[in-house]
Amino acid sequence: MSAGALFLAVFLACTVEAVEATTIVLAAGTARDWRSAGYGAAAALLVLTVAVVALGPALTSIPIGPLRLVIGAALLLLGVQWLRKAVLRAGGVRPLHDETGIYQAKLAAARGAAAHRVATVPDWYGFTLSFQGVLLEGTEVALIVLTFGSNQHAIPLAGAAAGAAILVVAAAALAVRAPLARVPENALKFVVGVMLTGFGAFWSEEGAGAHWPGGDTALLVLLPGIAVLSLLLAYALRRRSHGLVRVAGGAPSTVETG
Amino acid sequence: MMAGRLRAAAAFLGAQVVGDDWTVALGLVAALAVTAGVSRTTLPAWWVLLAAILVLLPLSVWRAGRRGAGDSG
Repeated sequence: MSAGALFLAVFLACTVEAVEATTIVLAAGTARDWRSAGYGAAAALLVLTVAVVALGPALTSIPIGPLRLVIGAALLLLGVQWLRKAVLRAGGVRPLHDETGIYQAKLAAARGAAAHRVATVPDWYGFTLSFQGVLLEGTEVALIVLTFGSNQHAIPLAGAAAGAAILVVAAAALAVRAPLARVPENALKFVVGVMLTGFGAFWSEEGAGAHWPGGDTALLVLLPGIAVLSLLLAYALRRRSHGLVRVAGGAPSTVETG
Repeated sequence: MMAGRLRAAAAFLGAQVVGDDWTVALGLVAALAVTAGVSRTTLPAWWVLLAAILVLLPLSVWRAGRRGAGDSG
């Protein structure tokens, strides 16, 4: 895997999660207190950075065979999960992620809570809301940085890609002071899901002792193949949903949970 | 207290990796085990995991599509 592909995969994955985390930080800052929301986001980023820095060297010291099996399997499971969600959204079974709706819901909840100061944090509720949001959304990114980075012995590069995505998303959000509803989140999740699934399958099989025909060039067939399969599944789901709508005379109801 | 937090953290990380359909995760791990077994023979083993993805992903998506509103994944 080239350095460029590694950077791109981590950057795209991190962009998706950073958009979701930024929505929560914006809600905490707008409804409560910007300083507390900023402290919360910074504290969560510090925890995630410490986790990556602490676990990174330990992972890279493991022999490449077992490492590829475990890391590849983790990437594969994560990737299939992302892909499944993206296919269900593209197929109309689940609604697309609504950053504006999530922002309004968080804003309403945050406005109702009482304020109290803890040490140098002016508003503990705003701090906690921001901290939890960034930590939860960032955990998947930390997993991707560690798995991609350790497998290629390039954790600093993977970390730099994650940092670049966070900076770009944070700068855009600060500029507009609103949730980034126009980011094509599902398309990004689709691309990242294909990449995670493809690289995860490739590495985990090599770690398990199998050999791909053509070596690394097998990825040139594997990645487009997974993308085509996913697009066909989304297309089939969409056709089925439209059929249901025609039969029932209305849209199937869906519940968005994450 | 500490053990409880560690358990909660492990459960959270597990949920992140396994996701909404645990049967897919189980099927893929089983396919990897079969790959490891077949790779010790003279037969090619690279197709096992691919076949598992080709079966498990459509099945999981189709099941979720049939459930519609009931799916949380």
